[in-house]
Amino acid sequence: MTERSGVEVRLENLVRRYGTVTALDGLSLTLAPGELVALLGPSGCGKTTALRLLAGLEEANDGRVVIGGKDVTGLPANRRNIGMVFQAYSLFPHMVAWENVAFGLQMRHVGVDERKKRALDMLELVGLGRFANRYASQMSGGQQQRVALARALAIQPQVLLLDEPLSALDAKVRSRLRDEIRRVQLEVGITTLFVTHDQEEALAIADRVGVMQAGKLEQLGPPTLVYSRPATPFVADFVGLTNRMEGTVRRGAVEIRGASIPLVHPDVPDGPAIALVRPEAVALASDGDMQEGPLVGTVIAVAFLGAVSRVTVDLGDTTVLVQVPTSAASQHPAGTRVRLELRPDPVLIQREEAVPAAS
Amino acid sequence: MTVAGSPAVTTNVGRPFLGGRRFSLDWVGAVPYLAYVGLFLILPSVIIGIGALLDANNAFTLDNFRNLSRSYVVKATIDTTVLSAITAFLGAVFGALLAYAIVTGSPNGILRRLTISASGVLAQFGGVTLAFAFIASIGPAGFVYLFAQAHGFDFYKQDLWLFEIPGLDLVYLYFQIPLMVLVFLPALDGIKPQWREAAESLGGNTWHYWRHVAGPLLFPAFLGSVLLLFANAFSAYATANALINQGQPVLAQQIAGALSSEVGAYEPGFAKAIAIEMIIIVTLVTVLYTLLQRRTARWL
Repeated sequence: MTERSGVEVRLENLVRRYGTVTALDGLSLTLAPGELVALLGPSGCGKTTALRLLAGLEEANDGRVVIGGKDVTGLPANRRNIGMVFQAYSLFPHMVAWENVAFGLQMRHVGVDERKKRALDMLELVGLGRFANRYASQMSGGQQQRVALARALAIQPQVLLLDEPLSALDAKVRSRLRDEIRRVQLEVGITTLFVTHDQEEALAIADRVGVMQAGKLEQLGPPTLVYSRPATPFVADFVGLTNRMEGTVRRGAVEIRGASIPLVHPDVPDGPAIALVRPEAVALASDGDMQEGPLVGTVIAVAFLGAVSRVTVDLGDTTVLVQVPTSAASQHPAGTRVRLELRPDPVLIQREEAVPAAS
Repeated sequence: MTVAGSPAVTTNVGRPFLGGRRFSLDWVGAVPYLAYVGLFLILPSVIIGIGALLDANNAFTLDNFRNLSRSYVVKATIDTTVLSAITAFLGAVFGALLAYAIVTGSPNGILRRLTISASGVLAQFGGVTLAFAFIASIGPAGFVYLFAQAHGFDFYKQDLWLFEIPGLDLVYLYFQIPLMVLVFLPALDGIKPQWREAAESLGGNTWHYWRHVAGPLLFPAFLGSVLLLFANAFSAYATANALINQGQPVLAQQIAGALSSEVGAYEPGFAKAIAIEMIIIVTLVTVLYTLLQRRTARWL
């Protein structure tokens, strides 16, 4: 991995309103130099608005944007030196690939020979040197997005913004291009903000993931932490699958059907609660009583997902999703009785009243 | 169903054999179109073309085409070309601006729907009705003129220009601008907002965007639209005839003049030669328009 050479980016208390709707509600976020942060969230959560404010394509009602220590809040997009890759269809259709990549250099008055050379270098970087003379209409969606990436990087921007660049691509191309983007980002060492609604994409590519809801950042942290220690019920629900199981909180743990599970936030008062349990925190027991018990039920469906399978177990008053290795799942076809085991991984709880503040 | 042990039977429905060779029936679908074009475009053109080569005794002659060099025909050709060019250009400019105003508004807004509907109607609004509308409003007895005159503004003080070529310029714009809105709007709709944002994020300003992105993308469509408007004006007859019925300054009126001369100079062959001249000019313009449209369709 090359040394990171990007700049720090700070979004400070950004507010953006559209009429009576608040799209961004005091968002603060700092990207370390060379870091790739993915903003993840459902449609309308404000992630794209945050990116557009950073790009200068929209103006904030309040707050500041600071890039490399310089306040750029009032600067228009064309003076921020930010490279951006859009969702799709952003290549200029009347220019061939190298002309598209060279456009930003042309705006910077770089001579035609020099800009062609640099454009071709950039196309090589994204593995498309052979496609330099092709129009957008002569390239696949994945190739077009790689050209768009080369175009964004050709101007040697301080920051790279990726606005759901993979969403219009099919699954296989998406996965390959995701890795390609990460490789190039690490090679160039540029500070990058990646906006997506695809959790798998965010978790796979980012140094840190920010989960947004209703214009606010719910949690920001490394992908493993966001997944395994969600700060709020929303994050637990949005990132990965979650079982909602009734239980009772007692002295910093929650009792669910006879099993005691520690809490992520133990300082909550005792009482009934809904525990949010990951499918992979539930196992299928291979011994013991399979006929009776609070965690004994019947397999009603098995979904094959490759190396793992997802088993749906009916416990009578609720159903529970269990994620186990496919080899284990194959021993429990639909209709068989099984006993579940809850692993003691800390869980979040949800109540009608306020939940503990996110860390 | 296939019987066990016997080969599966395949059929070639719609692919008959003729002399051992397969031939496709795909062209059958084009028969109505070809029949329409043949009956209403090619056949009349051929009849006119043959008629233009015959004299009063149905003998072959090139005199009808030689007569196209008559001074009044040459003048009508030039006047009609200039009239068409001016109204095409002005119609294209104002129509493009109006179309751009529509595009910048809400895609489902009432302004857009109203303007498109009105343009659809007004683009077909010509002939006696249009001429009368202008005569009744800004004609020498029209209410607008009388009102302006009463307030000290006499726009016919020098010349009664409404019944001359400048008047036709104005009247033609009434259907040229709406036509431009209709033909140019799809091209403007094809311009994606991401292109502007991409240009901005790459360091370009509004001028750079129009100079390097939107301008080159829209230019073929604009030029094509100008040509279409030119052809539209060049082939217009009823409006000009309703407004100016003396002097026949427009080429299409010369055809009518040659067919129904009040001084007895009935020259059907000559009328057909003028028609052929018009057909050639409009065909050339239409071919150019089609080529430009093809280029536009590739980009937008």
